[in-house]
Amino acid sequence: MSAVLEVAGLSKSFGGVKAVSDVSFSLAAGELLALIGPNGAGKTTCFNMLMGQLRPDTGTIKLAGRDIAGLAPRRIWRLGVGRTFQITATFASMSVRENVQMALLSHHRRLLSLFADAGSQYIDDAMALLTLVGMEAQAERPCGVLAYGDLKRVELAVALANNPKLLLMDEPTAGMAPRERIALMELTARIVKERGISVLFTEHDMDVVFAHADRIFVLNRGRLLAEGTPQQVRDNALVQETYLGSGAMFADGGQ
Amino acid sequence: MTAAPTADNGTPPLEFFLSQLLTGLASASALFLVACGLTIIFGVTRIVNFAHGSFYMLGAYIAYSAITALGGGFFGFWGGVILAALAAGLIGVAMEMTILRRIYHAPELFQLLATFGVVLIVQDVALYLWGPEDLLGPRAPGLTGAVAMGSQRIPEYDIFLILFAPLVLGVLWLLFHRTRFGILVRAATQDRQMVAALGVNQKWLLTGVFFLGAALAGLGGAIQLPKGNAGLTMDLGIIAEVFVVTVVGGMGSILGAYLAALLIALIRVFAVANAGSSLLGIQLWQVELVLIFAVMAVVLVVRPWGLLGKRETLTGHHGAVEPPLLAAPAALKWFALAVLALLVALPGMAGTYSLVIATEILIFALFAASLHFLMGVGGVISFGHAAYFGLGAYGAALMVKHFAWPMEAALFAAPLGGALGALIFGWFCVRLSGVYLAMLTLAFAQIAWAVAFQWIDVTGGDNGILGIWPSSWAATTPAFYGLVLVVVIVMLLAIRRIAFSPFGYALRAGRDSPLRADAIGIDVRRMRWFAFTLAGLFAGVAGGLFAFLKGSVSPDLMGIPLSVDALVMVLLGGVQTLAGPLVGAVTFTALKTELVSLTNYWRLLLGLVIVGLVIAFPQGIAGFVRDRFMAKETRA
Repeated sequence: MSAVLEVAGLSKSFGGVKAVSDVSFSLAAGELLALIGPNGAGKTTCFNMLMGQLRPDTGTIKLAGRDIAGLAPRRIWRLGVGRTFQITATFASMSVRENVQMALLSHHRRLLSLFADAGSQYIDDAMALLTLVGMEAQAERPCGVLAYGDLKRVELAVALANNPKLLLMDEPTAGMAPRERIALMELTARIVKERGISVLFTEHDMDVVFAHADRIFVLNRGRLLAEGTPQQVRDNALVQETYLGSGAMFADGGQ
Repeated sequence: MTAAPTADNGTPPLEFFLSQLLTGLASASALFLVACGLTIIFGVTRIVNFAHGSFYMLGAYIAYSAITALGGGFFGFWGGVILAALAAGLIGVAMEMTILRRIYHAPELFQLLATFGVVLIVQDVALYLWGPEDLLGPRAPGLTGAVAMGSQRIPEYDIFLILFAPLVLGVLWLLFHRTRFGILVRAATQDRQMVAALGVNQKWLLTGVFFLGAALAGLGGAIQLPKGNAGLTMDLGIIAEVFVVTVVGGMGSILGAYLAALLIALIRVFAVANAGSSLLGIQLWQVELVLIFAVMAVVLVVRPWGLLGKRETLTGHHGAVEPPLLAAPAALKWFALAVLALLVALPGMAGTYSLVIATEILIFALFAASLHFLMGVGGVISFGHAAYFGLGAYGAALMVKHFAWPMEAALFAAPLGGALGALIFGWFCVRLSGVYLAMLTLAFAQIAWAVAFQWIDVTGGDNGILGIWPSSWAATTPAFYGLVLVVVIVMLLAIRRIAFSPFGYALRAGRDSPLRADAIGIDVRRMRWFAFTLAGLFAGVAGGLFAFLKGSVSPDLMGIPLSVDALVMVLLGGVQTLAGPLVGAVTFTALKTELVSLTNYWRLLLGLVIVGLVIAFPQGIAGFVRDRFMAKETRA
C-alpha cells in the first residue's frame, strides 16, 4: 500500500527549545493513526507543521509523494487535506448549510464570482454532507448558536467538502461529553472507512484512541517514544512510564 | 508648516544641515509627548483615542491662559505649563469617567467613535472660550536667547526641547519600573484580565492611566507654545502624525514612540535639506508629509507591529460575534420600495434646497455603503475611506479640467480613480490587521490629501479645481437628482448583490474565522485586497457625483473629518445590517445639515449626539431596530 502521508526527519525549535525533533512516520491509505503523548510532547507543533501553520526547521512532509512542508494552509487544503480544529472554527455569521456551501464554493473555485447568489449554490451537495454527519435537521440554524458537539459535526462536514485524501483532526473530541465523544468518533471512523480517507488525529481520551486507531504513535518531549498497534502500545513499558509516571522519567530528564 | 528653506544664501551646507537637525529634534519633543500619552492609554485600555490631539490643543490653550493669568515671568510661565498639563489630565479623567467607562466592553470602533465625538465637543468649547483667532504663544523666560553655532543661531528654547524629551522618557521609565502604579500599568498592558484577577482595582488604574496620557499630551501642547500658536486646527493637525509615531514605534512602547518621533524629525530634516531637488515637479520640502507616511508604510510592511512593538496575537474578530447576515424580510422590502417611490416622486414635492440636500444624502449613502461593504462584510476597518471618495472626485475633475472630458466620460474616470488608489494602498493595508491596519488606512488617506494639497500645478492645491459642472441635460437640480438617484440605486443593488455572492461570502468567512477560511482554501488577504479595491471603486463613484454636485473639488474631500463622517454613518446605522449605512447616511447628513443651519456650535451638538448614541445604542440604530423588532434566532 502506498503512503498517503510520509513524514521524515521533522524538527522544529522555538528559541532553544526543541519542540519536535527528528520525527518520522507514514500513513497508509484508509488508515487511522493516533498521535498521542503527554502535554508538551510536541503533538500540536507537529500538527501545525503538517497543516502549514508552522514551517519546519528540517524534514520533509510528503503528501502522495509531493513535499508540502512550508506551504500555506490553503494550498495544502487544495491538495486534498481536510482538517478540524481543537477549538472549533466555523463561520458564526452563516448558517450550518452555508458553512458547508462556503467550502464547496472554494473547492469549485468560485470564490471570485461577484454576482451569483451564493446561498443557492451546491445546496444538494451541502445537504448530502450534512446528512452524512447527522446535521441535516439543523441546516438552517446559524453556526453561532449550535451546541459544541454539533459544531464538531459541522466541522467534519466542512472538512469532507473537498473529497480529501487525508483528514487532520486536532483533538476531535476535546470539550465534549463522554457519550458524544464515542458517537462522533464512531461516525468519523465509519465515514473514513467508507471513503478510504486516511486520518491523523491527536487525542487525550485514551478510550477514543484505543477504540478507533489502527495504529498509535506516541510522542514525548518532541521525540518518537513508541509506535504500533493499540495492543503493542498498551503493552509498551516506556509508554506506561510516561503516562503513569515513574522515578526513571525524572532521572534522565536532563538530556 | 515648513517655511521655504534658504539653503542657497551662502550658508555652509553642514552648518545649515545641523541647525535643521536641531530644529527637527526640537519639534520631535512635543510629538513624542503626545504620542507616548496615546501609546500608554492604548497599551492598557486598548482604546485608540482620537481625542488625544484635543488634549494637546487644550494643553496649549490652557497654558496660554494660565501664563497670561499668572502674569508671565519664570514662575508664571512654568507654573502655567504645569497647570496646563494637570488640567489636560483632569479633562482626560472626566472623559474616561463619564464616557469611556460605559463603553469599555463595546466594540473598539464604537470607542473610537465616542472619542471622535469628544474631538468635536472640544473643538467648539475651545472656539467658545478662546475665539477663532490663533493665539501667539508667549516666549519662555530665561530661554529667549540663541546659541551661536558657526553662522547659524540655535534658539535656546530648541535646546531645552531637545533635552526635555529624553528627560520625560527617563522620568517615565522610573515611573514604570520603580513605582507600584507603573508596575501595575505595565502588567495591565500585558494582560489586563490577569491584573484584575489579582485583585487590582481596574477602575482607578484605567482612570490613572488616562490622567497620565492626557497630561502628557497637554504638556506637549504647552511646551510647544513658545514655538508657535494655540489654534483650533491643532487637534486633527497633530493626530495623524501621532498615529504614525505610535504605530511606527509600536503600540504600547514608549521608547518606540521616542525613536519614531526622532525618525520623523530626521525625515523632515532630510526633506528640508534637499529642498532644491524635486520629484514629479513637486519640491521635495513640499512632499515632507508624503515622505513621512511613506516611511510609515515601509516600516509597517517590514515590521507590522512597529519598531519596538510586540507581535499582535491573531484575533479573529473585533468585539462581539457577528450575527448572521440575513436577507431582508418581506416587510422591509416593501418598506424599501415605498422609500424608493418617495425618492422618485421627490422632485415634484420638494424645493430646490431640499432636493440638493437629498442629492447629497444619496451620494453619502453610497459612500457609506462602500465603507460598510469593507467593514461590515469584509471586517476591514478603514479610518481613511475619504481618500477613495476624494480620488474619485479628483479623477473626474482632472479629466474635465485638463482634458475637457464631458460629464458622462468623467463619471467613468471617478470609479477608476477610487479603485486604482485602493488597489495600491490596499496592497499594503491588507498585510496588517486590526488597529494597525486602520491606522495605515488613515496614513494613506493623509498621503492622498497631502498630494492634492501640495501638487498645486495639477490639483490646484488648497483651492482645488473649480468649474466641474454637469452636462446641460443634467444641469438642473431635479435632473441631476434623477441622475444621482439612478446611479446610486444601481450601485447599492450591486453592492448588495456582491455581499450575497460567493465573493461576499468568502469575505465574511475571512472575517468570521481567518483560521477556518485559510483551512478551506480561501486566500483571506487577497479577498480583502479585492474588497478594498471594490470599496474604493464604489466610493469613487460617490466622489465623482459629489464633484459634479458641488461644481468643484478640494483636498477636504480626502480629509480626516470626511473619513470620520463615513465611519459615523456606518456605525450609526449599525455594522451588521446592509441597510445600516443607508439609515446612517440619512440620519447623519440630515442631522448635520440641520445643526449647521441652527447654530455656529454645531460640532458641539453633533459631538454630544454621537457620544450619546454610542452609549445608548452600541449596536447602531438599524442594528437596534433589528434586534428589537426582528429578533429571531440570532443570539445565543
